[in-house]
Amino acid sequence: EKQKLIEEVHALVTVRDAKHTNFVEFRNFKIVYRRYAGLYFCICVDVNDNNLAYLEAIHNFVEVLNEFFHNVCELDLVFNFYKVYSVVDEMFLAGEIRETSQIKVLKQLTTLTSLE
Amino acid sequence: MKFPDLSSLSNPVRLRDLIRQIRSAKTAAEERAVVQKECAYIRDSFRDEDNTWRCRNVAKLLYVSLLGYPAHFGQLECLKLIASPRFTDKRIGYLGAMLLLDERQDIHVMITNSLKNDLNHSNQYITGLALCALGAICSPEMSRDLGDEVERLMKSSNVYLKKKAVLCAVRIIRKVPEQFDIFQNTIRSLLSEKNHGVLLTATALVTEVCQQNTQALHVFRKLVPNLVRILKNLIMSGYSPEHDVSGISDPFLQVHLLRLLRVLGRNDTEASDTMNDILAQVATNTENSKNVGNAILYETVLTIMDIKSESGLRVLAVNILGRFLLNTDKNIRYVALNTLLRVVHADQNAVQRHRATIVECLKDADVSIKRRAMELCFALINSNNIRTMISEMLEFLAICETEFKADCTSNMFLAMDRFAPSRRWHVDQMIKVLTTAGNSVRDDIVSSLISIISLTPELHGYAAHQLYKTIENDITQQPLVQVASWTLGEFGDIFVSGQYKKPENEDNFQISEEKVIRTLEHILNWSISTVITREYAINALMKLSTRFPNYTNRIQSVMAHYGCNMNLELQTRAVEYASLFTAHNDIRANIVERMPILINNQTNNGEQAEPVDGSMEQPSLIETSDDVPGTEANIFDILNDPIQTNGNLFDLDGDNHNTIPAMIALDKNGLSLTFTFERQDTTLTITSTATNSTPYNITNFVFKAAVPKTFHIELYPANSTTIPANKAGELRQEMKVSNPNREKLRMRIKLSYVLNTNSMSEEMELNAFPEQCYK
Repeated sequence: EKQKLIEEVHALVTVRDAKHTNFVEFRNFKIVYRRYAGLYFCICVDVNDNNLAYLEAIHNFVEVLNEFFHNVCELDLVFNFYKVYSVVDEMFLAGEIRETSQIKVLKQLTTLTSLE
Repeated sequence: MKFPDLSSLSNPVRLRDLIRQIRSAKTAAEERAVVQKECAYIRDSFRDEDNTWRCRNVAKLLYVSLLGYPAHFGQLECLKLIASPRFTDKRIGYLGAMLLLDERQDIHVMITNSLKNDLNHSNQYITGLALCALGAICSPEMSRDLGDEVERLMKSSNVYLKKKAVLCAVRIIRKVPEQFDIFQNTIRSLLSEKNHGVLLTATALVTEVCQQNTQALHVFRKLVPNLVRILKNLIMSGYSPEHDVSGISDPFLQVHLLRLLRVLGRNDTEASDTMNDILAQVATNTENSKNVGNAILYETVLTIMDIKSESGLRVLAVNILGRFLLNTDKNIRYVALNTLLRVVHADQNAVQRHRATIVECLKDADVSIKRRAMELCFALINSNNIRTMISEMLEFLAICETEFKADCTSNMFLAMDRFAPSRRWHVDQMIKVLTTAGNSVRDDIVSSLISIISLTPELHGYAAHQLYKTIENDITQQPLVQVASWTLGEFGDIFVSGQYKKPENEDNFQISEEKVIRTLEHILNWSISTVITREYAINALMKLSTRFPNYTNRIQSVMAHYGCNMNLELQTRAVEYASLFTAHNDIRANIVERMPILINNQTNNGEQAEPVDGSMEQPSLIETSDDVPGTEANIFDILNDPIQTNGNLFDLDGDNHNTIPAMIALDKNGLSLTFTFERQDTTLTITSTATNSTPYNITNFVFKAAVPKTFHIELYPANSTTIPANKAGELRQEMKVSNPNREKLRMRIKLSYVLNTNSMSEEMELNAFPEQCYK
């Protein structure tokens, strides 16, 4: 079922080119997405949430990833998927934004990796 | 003898290598093979209860599940990992739990115990892991069990844990709203924290709580001044490099605070007043060159719109939206259009200023922007700008996608109906719409247009003229052809005689009867016309048989020809019409004579219902009657026709003209019918009040009325069909009689009802109307 969802979202988002806005309606939610090179980062939010703020959140997240992996590229994300999940957990939790300061997040992450 | 494969006893494949293997597979089948082999191996090793590599195996399993392969056999393993003391194990275990499990599984209940232990762990990172997992997959049972723990952690001094605990609480409250009581006290203290992260999470929690729980709403409203102060400090205080994004200090926190203020200020004037200043400050001081600033401004605008703010603030908000519209970034324009749509009903004037920009947006490439712009344009049409707007919309109609056309045409029609400066212009524009929109026009528009044409006698010839010109060369557009055939059928004689006000530059346009008939025949015979269009055409031809007496024979032969047509509908009509020529020739003239003016349920020009309160949009007050044009009906036979009832209750105020004495129409068998009158020039409004003095209820009460040819009557639905016994209540029904010739009013009424299980009916003629009704 998750797989079906992924396919649906994929079909919706990949057909949109640069001329379209970064928001698309999906079931009774909204998807805010941003494209970075070959990857689309999508966030699914309620209809009355602030679109622009979540665009910023996506960007924040990508910047943290960049710092963490030192110039991240797609392969980094694939091979270290569990680390990506830990970054997600640091910044978002229970569907809300948790921490926005990049410095703090990075500090936590380095401590976590040192524990392994 | 075959030896067992030694390599399988060695260390299992590392995660990295597995990933590499999978990625290097060239075809989907190859990839599936690799994955299946690895899964089989993993399953074996799980069965062997091998602790050492479990972690790695589960990691591989997770990767595989990300790719989409089923991995549920790993769920139990995750539990075991969680229970292990090693950090790496726990980490992968929790990750696995979050990915593979959800609330619907039963296994997750087993995690509860491990979670409880971990929540009390001394190592904050392990506690953090536990909180993460809890936040992701918490179920109602789990939240009840572990709610206390979470609350305790919310009070801890460790900021890291505090943030996680607060968000966990958000999820818990979403699942089990009653848990709020546990958290209530702690929440308030959270809002006075200095740490941005904690504030952020706390505002999220409070927003969630307030949205669910109105009682909490009152409690937190008192905190509005605090929130305002925090926001102020945030903006004023200098530079905080940690939370800074492009020069704006912690925009996320600002947005969250604004949202919380919105939730708290809704419907509450007092709170809204406190917020006014700060909102104005944020709106003016935030720079909007980057997306970040715009995000904050957008949130501010949303808040201003939702709370009870003063009008100056609202205008400010609309101006901000106007500025958004001019922005080159299409996201921002989309967002602005969306919000303007919500605002326009309340604050039309403010939005009118930006009309030009909105019209520009119609030409944007993005579909969703176009749609929003179109809806907004329709909302903005009023009597001043109707001409320009309609011409813009016509241009838009020509280039827009098909799925818009139906909506666009319907909306244009509604708008024109409400604001059209003159009938002639109205008819002109509608013809243009029909020509442009082709076949995507909805059916009710056809009948509406027909009724409009019939409504204005002076336009009959003109309409016929214009329509004839449009279909002269091109009969592919079905709705247009339908309207044209009807018009030509009805008013063809006026058209041919040239006795009407022609459009400019065409005074010498003369049309012969032959051409009109030929066009109609062409429509009828053309195989691409739909059945409905051909029905219109055949009706029109029939009507012309009396209007163009020279061509009666030709038309008769057409009918005879179509009497053998394969289509049932056409054949029926043709046969009936043919018989009109032969057997019933004497009544042919009566049957196809000119139709009376069709009264539609419309608001005419100059009589618009005022909006009840500023925020309500006027839904379409126009409902077209389901008159199918072409039914030739003898007008006085209304008693057997369905009553033209409409759903629009024109609530005439009844005070002005009540100088006409009431009249008792009927008083028989305990049923008493009283007419009260109100008159406005040639229109008389009669309110019939029925009371019942018998001891039984009267049910299924139906009232019908008919008037002579020179009058016109319109009956509105009664307030019920039951009259309570013993005069306990009354049944009221309104009707409107128009009397353009000021003749003596006569009326024939027919009642039917059920009294004490007996069906009764009455029929009588009323002549004794007071003179003031019609003089």
